[in-house]
Amino acid sequence: MSAPALRGTGLAQRFGSRTLYHDVTFEVAEGEVFVILGGSGCGKTTLLRQCIGLLMPTAGSIALLGDDIYAAAAPARDAVLRRIGVMFQSGALFGSMTLLENVMLPLEVHTDLPPSARDRIARLKLGLVGLADAAALLPAEISGGMVKRAAIARALALDPPLLFLDEPSAGLDPVTSAGLDQLILELRRDLGLTFVVVTHELASILAIADRCLMLDRGAQGVIAIGDPKRLRDDSEDPKVRAFFRREAA
Amino acid sequence: MAEAATLAAAERDGARVLSVRGRLDVAAAGILWTEALRDAATEPARPLVIDLAGLEICDTAGAALLLAMEQARPGAAFEGARPHVAAVLERARAALVEPPPSPPAPPVPWHTVIGQGLAVASDGFAYLGEALVAVLRLPTRLRQFRIADLLRSADQAGVRAVPLVLLLGLLIGLILAFQSLIPMRRFGADVYVANLVAVSLLRELGPLLASVVLAGRSGSAFAAEIGSMKVNQEVDALATMGIDPMTMLVLPRMAAALLVMPALTVLLEAAGLVGMSVVLVGSGIPLVAIGNQIVAWVQPADFYGGLAKAVVFGAVVAAIGCRAGLSAGNGPRAVGQAATSAVVGGIVATIVLDGVFAVLFFRLGL
Repeated sequence: MSAPALRGTGLAQRFGSRTLYHDVTFEVAEGEVFVILGGSGCGKTTLLRQCIGLLMPTAGSIALLGDDIYAAAAPARDAVLRRIGVMFQSGALFGSMTLLENVMLPLEVHTDLPPSARDRIARLKLGLVGLADAAALLPAEISGGMVKRAAIARALALDPPLLFLDEPSAGLDPVTSAGLDQLILELRRDLGLTFVVVTHELASILAIADRCLMLDRGAQGVIAIGDPKRLRDDSEDPKVRAFFRREAA
Repeated sequence: MAEAATLAAAERDGARVLSVRGRLDVAAAGILWTEALRDAATEPARPLVIDLAGLEICDTAGAALLLAMEQARPGAAFEGARPHVAAVLERARAALVEPPPSPPAPPVPWHTVIGQGLAVASDGFAYLGEALVAVLRLPTRLRQFRIADLLRSADQAGVRAVPLVLLLGLLIGLILAFQSLIPMRRFGADVYVANLVAVSLLRELGPLLASVVLAGRSGSAFAAEIGSMKVNQEVDALATMGIDPMTMLVLPRMAAALLVMPALTVLLEAAGLVGMSVVLVGSGIPLVAIGNQIVAWVQPADFYGGLAKAVVFGAVVAAIGCRAGLSAGNGPRAVGQAATSAVVGGIVATIVLDGVFAVLFFRLGL
């Protein structure tokens, strides 16, 4: 049996004397769409930042594709981090570069591909997310939904097996958001990718997630983990029920 | 994990067969790309089969290579692909859209260039008009004119620029005196270096250099600050709240620049005179003689004329900086462009205005 794509063990994060969460343990299997959810301020994005090597946890460990990233030496950690792709909430596209140049950047830095090959591969990635016609545009010239798609294309540049998406639906209309959900499912199906998605968009969670992990600020940790539809229908936890039924706390 | 992909050529039933084996990921594609396309294009008269039976892993970069091989050799056929490889290949085929050939840029007719230039000039005049209107309406909009912003801008543009201005003035005084002293000494006119440098500083170099410092330090800062506000829609927010951006953002900065420029100019001139005196005293001219030369030669019109220029330069540099910010586009690059155009515009305007003042002073006999 292969190692999980991502494993978090006993994770904790404290800021000064304030504990955001503690003892967070989970695994994400290869090919799974795993959603981290919860209310505002519960630590979803913090947990994501720990998973992608940007924030060392106060306690616990993160194994990405079988390697403990915070225990590894810097070169080994960099090699592991090159095997993941990240889409940030704002897209974080470089405003001075066209979409094509944004996608080509990791290929230029990390591969020996000749320029024509980089161009071809970058166009292919943009085509994968439905932006083949927008290659020459700047990020400022495209819509919010297109920015998210372009950010996914850039995250796919080095063909990582594991993708992290931070709030992919934030700020998008329901139709665009549903299109993005569809894209995630297609990429998982066609390319066998594993997704870890941070979101609190209920419709997206139910549409894409195989399993989800729910954080809670009051409990300072995980209050539920499993199939979101089963959690919605069967959970005894009032906070979980309130979240899935959109009830005021 | 499978080994990195390899390429092997063989023959079968008169066809050329290229077998791709192992793991064709982005790294392997980078190594194989040139060789694979060359191999695919070899012997164009014979059919080509690309055998993928030994290909265990293929990502989209690998699929891009396979499709490039297929394109390099029209009629080439894939065979033996495992289901997951075939799925990636099909997905990549659907995604890969050849870029349309970019049409040559049409030549821009001369009247369009002139029209664009006139449009820029008219925008500039419109902006000046808006600023003037904002000044005239200021008594009715005093609540929108924030004194705190004026003081902050004065601190930024004036107080914090003092060390730089003093250093610059001192160095300019030293250099001017030293460079003038050598030729003047040949004619035994050492002592007149004081006259030369003092008049140059007070009439010309003092306001000019202070204005360049203001454009470089504060004009760019005004443009970046207001440009960021524009990008973040803060300027739009002001407009929707019924607050005039010109009154709230531009006038305090213009007023601050207008107030600090005479002070910066005087400081720069004083530092320049000190620098000049250091050189002249070092070459044996008594300090009293230097002072006498300056007092006897420099007219009040030299000093006040320089100050008048400084006031105008300050207002113009600040106005250009604020305008660059207000007309910034979207994105971080736009903020950088705004800062650049603020500095360039400020310096060019300063020199052009200096020329205008030179003609004006000549006509007035000053």
